[in-house]
Amino acid sequence: MNSRKLEILVGFFVALGILAFAMLALKVANSGIAGTGETYSLNAKFENIGSLKTRAPIKVGGVVIGRVESIYVHPKEFVPVVNMTIDAQYLCRFSDTSSVSILTSGILGEQYLGINPVIAPESAEKRCLGEDIVSTEQDQAIDDLFGVQSKALGDGDTVSDTKSAIVLEELIGQFLFNQSSE
Amino acid sequence: MLDVLQKLGHKTLGRFAALGRSAYMLFSALVNVPSVKKGTPLLVRQLYMVGSQSLLIIMVSGLFIGMVLALQGYTVLVGYGAEDSLGPLVALSLLRELGPVVTALLFAGRAGSALTAEIGLMKATEQLSSLEMMAIDPLKRIIAPRFWAGFISMPLLAIIFSAVAIIGAHLVGVDWLGVDTGSFWSIMQSQVSFTQDILNGIIKSFVFAIVVTWIALYKGYDCVPTSEGISKATTETVVHSSLAVLGFDFILTAVMFTS
Repeated sequence: MNSRKLEILVGFFVALGILAFAMLALKVANSGIAGTGETYSLNAKFENIGSLKTRAPIKVGGVVIGRVESIYVHPKEFVPVVNMTIDAQYLCRFSDTSSVSILTSGILGEQYLGINPVIAPESAEKRCLGEDIVSTEQDQAIDDLFGVQSKALGDGDTVSDTKSAIVLEELIGQFLFNQSSE
Repeated sequence: MLDVLQKLGHKTLGRFAALGRSAYMLFSALVNVPSVKKGTPLLVRQLYMVGSQSLLIIMVSGLFIGMVLALQGYTVLVGYGAEDSLGPLVALSLLRELGPVVTALLFAGRAGSALTAEIGLMKATEQLSSLEMMAIDPLKRIIAPRFWAGFISMPLLAIIFSAVAIIGAHLVGVDWLGVDTGSFWSIMQSQVSFTQDILNGIIKSFVFAIVVTWIALYKGYDCVPTSEGISKATTETVVHSSLAVLGFDFILTAVMFTS
């Protein structure tokens, strides 16, 4: 066999391998979030995280906007803290009054984090991004209404309003307790 | 009593001597890199013999393994109404285990035995000695290009195997059994991670490539130069490399996929 034909056949083999690799990388594996895209991180303290795992999706209205990066126990308060990475296009878009809850997809499904978003006012968003603040009268009115200045969630901030996972045993325990007290 | 002990000692020493000889062979074959101009044609020729010629058997077995996985997985999953999870089931089992392992087993049978027989016959017909007479190092000229060819082609073959098998699973699962094509791909994509699953599978097949090629080359290089010796060496190549692959697979899985 002459060397040209041989080299062509080897080239075909290698090209096929590269093609298959590209298919696996692009079509089979997840290439969206948790790839190389820009992200920022948020923390949330819970009472109980149920069976939430790292890499679980974080959803707003069912749309995945980030993933759980790590879960650890707070060294002083002994409650679980969930560290989330969220797509950078949502940086400073949520107000600090947004709530985070642990939800279950389907009856037997995996647990995920749902953010119940409250949109941050424009002035708070700018303040969070470190831009110049031009406080409008409307924002001032809202702040006066609630008595506090609203803040947007930036990199490394902690969400205070959280709802823990529902643990079946606790639910049953409460139910039985209520039954017996009646 | 003493005879038994002596036999045991003799065997143990023999094993260690063989291990040492094989390590020495691999080391001296790889330690000095040959010139690009002289080495490339040899490597290309071996890539053809070892890689391109294994392509057909790898692709055909990949297709059928993917199809069988989809069929078996479907019959179990449909009982739970979870047939949409067929995609990740097939993709994860292929990328993590079956792709690298089955490729390595097929490679040992298809290419490993050929390498052993070729080198064994070279030794029996004293071609290796003639090369040495001509001041050509047979380790560099014969062993090194074959080793690198195996090292390069096995991961490529494993990737092709997995890709073809996933296409086969799609063929059976979606086109025949009626799983939704959208959920087949999207649930697969959400469950399969590039670094965790695909890259670890590739690392596995690099390890298997080293193990299988090394065993095949050593068995050929070290065989008894008779027709009986060559036949024994070829059998040993397939048996030992299959066992080694399965053993290493357990260790690698334990290291990679348990947290």
